[in-house]
Amino acid sequence: MTNNQPLLTVRGLRASAGDLEILSGVDLEVYAGEVHAIMGPNGSGKSTFANVLAGRPDYTVTGGEAIYDGEDLLSLEPEIRARMGVFLAFQYPVELPGVRAWQFLKAGVDARRVHNGEEEMSAREFQRLLDAKVKQVEIDPELVRRAVNEGFSGGEKKRNEILQMAVLEPRLALLDETDSGLDIDALRIVSDGVNKLRSDDNAMVLVTHYQRMLDYVRPDHVHVLLEGRIVRSGGPELALELEDKGYDWIREEVEAGR
Amino acid sequence: MTTQTIRYPHYHEDHLSLAGTGPAWLAELRAAGWERFNEIGFPTARRGNERWKYTSVLPISRINFAYPPPSEDFAENNSLDIGFSAVSASSVVNHKDEEVVRKHLGTLAPMQDDGFTALNTAFLRDVAVVRVPDGSGDPVAVCVSHVAPESAEGERLAAAHPRTLILAGRNTKLTVLESYSGPSGPRYFTNAVTEIVVSEGAQVDHYRLLDESPASFHVGVTRVHQERDSSFSSGSFALGTALARNDFAVTFGGPGAFCSLNGLYYTGQGQHVDNLISIDHAQPHCTSRLNYKGILDGNSRAVFGGEVVVRRNAQKSDAQQTDKNLLLSEDAEVDSKPSLMIYADDVQCSHGATAGQIDAQTLFYLRSRGLDLETASRMLVQAFAREIVDTVRPEPLRSYLESLFDRSIAVKNLPVAFTAP
Repeated sequence: MTNNQPLLTVRGLRASAGDLEILSGVDLEVYAGEVHAIMGPNGSGKSTFANVLAGRPDYTVTGGEAIYDGEDLLSLEPEIRARMGVFLAFQYPVELPGVRAWQFLKAGVDARRVHNGEEEMSAREFQRLLDAKVKQVEIDPELVRRAVNEGFSGGEKKRNEILQMAVLEPRLALLDETDSGLDIDALRIVSDGVNKLRSDDNAMVLVTHYQRMLDYVRPDHVHVLLEGRIVRSGGPELALELEDKGYDWIREEVEAGR
Repeated sequence: MTTQTIRYPHYHEDHLSLAGTGPAWLAELRAAGWERFNEIGFPTARRGNERWKYTSVLPISRINFAYPPPSEDFAENNSLDIGFSAVSASSVVNHKDEEVVRKHLGTLAPMQDDGFTALNTAFLRDVAVVRVPDGSGDPVAVCVSHVAPESAEGERLAAAHPRTLILAGRNTKLTVLESYSGPSGPRYFTNAVTEIVVSEGAQVDHYRLLDESPASFHVGVTRVHQERDSSFSSGSFALGTALARNDFAVTFGGPGAFCSLNGLYYTGQGQHVDNLISIDHAQPHCTSRLNYKGILDGNSRAVFGGEVVVRRNAQKSDAQQTDKNLLLSEDAEVDSKPSLMIYADDVQCSHGATAGQIDAQTLFYLRSRGLDLETASRMLVQAFAREIVDTVRPEPLRSYLESLFDRSIAVKNLPVAFTAP
């Protein structure tokens, strides 16, 4: 694959939860090396969009397609998507009492390696990788010694998502409101992590309600999702405009244009 | 002299055949056991018998189990290699602690209202005695391995009536593992009774491992008496048997005592486990923690009864109990009945019970990291068990139990509970 091909192409994606349609035809192209921000008011469907791409079973895809690295993403089980390099940083990371972080992360890394025809990592090799990533994203090493997310604060959980992203080295990272509920220090650490992990080979889609994370992570493209559709796309300046004026002006423009 | 009807002639013969075994006081205790058993027999799930409401012992009571003599010293051959010294059940004749054994044996076990304990007492022959005298400084770790006898071909099926007496003297530290296992061939029946005295200021860690054959029956009665400022923690681990009962009761006999009772049970197709755990806050300022967990597969059934009583004078009691169950199959069933009876007014008590399947949101979290359904389910089931396994203090025993349960639990095609996102 060359860089002229998008890593992800979404066309006319529609999805619902129960009888309620949440995505009503989303189009998006993401190239390797890019960071996209998807913004929108509560209930606009932005979290759903990230979760549908990762394969959360609560949603039903009712139309459209998502092509990732030449594959029909939506037809794959969530674990296959993950092994192909899709990563979802959860808005509400799940606590896994009794599951050791080390074991959990190694299982993820090994699943991907086996999928790619490689051998599982030795314990020593994995430990080296984990130590390096802990350092890279500046996470408290104590968190890795505990059960996954158990008793973590909101900020610790989000930081742990960033660590998982660092360890799993996704090609397409979907960050679902990773910035929400963070104090300014946690926000800086999470953003630093994202910046360190972005590269020419991977792409990131940041789903966010606020502009403030974009002060730290500069996106290449900003999209506004409204009522299940991307109604406006632009550069980083669009995020600033939204911060300034809110979403209502876009809503009005969209309604006027109908 | 009145002639009494002998209700269980086979058992009576076996009981009589023990005549002359051991000192006179033991023979008297045995006779009292038989008399009581002959009177009350096996418990029935008749109306009002709350202690046996969900478990029928008919599969046990309708077989006339034989009581073969001990054939060899199993304890030495079957002890787990986990750094504990082994104790074997030995004859109380000429036992160096005979006077102490005589003083305590049968004082805690509920012979009057429990047919199984009465039957065990009627067959008293050997007692595994673990005794640490008052004030012994060094911590002691002991393993008592009870291995059920093999049934002889063409003969009656075999039963074992193991009896254990554990006496921790004042200010001692004792770790005991009682392990129960048996031959994998024909059905057998283990009818165990254990009495534990935790003296003032003593600390006892007690582990009970049921790793019996899947076809076996096991009824275990454990009675613990705790004196002032003592600490008792227990880990009860049970892998599936056809029918298992764990009747475990702790009484606080002095203020300032603490107990922590943890349990983990796993049942597979056709199996039934019944835990009845009681804590009697008979004295003020005591703290109890009761935490049992079950993993149920196939059409198995688990019964949990938690009975915590806080007596009128037991102010400042602090009691918590929970029973959590993970159902790996649509056909598994659990009847969980935690109960609290509080007669004091200045206490802190709580109880709860849950039964559920693997949570869909949790499963998705693991799958989103690349783990397939089976790996993810296995990891979650192991994690569920780990909370209890992690309470085991000696490291070698903890690892042993962890891998024992990991190996034993088959996980595939789990039903999943969907909750709203």
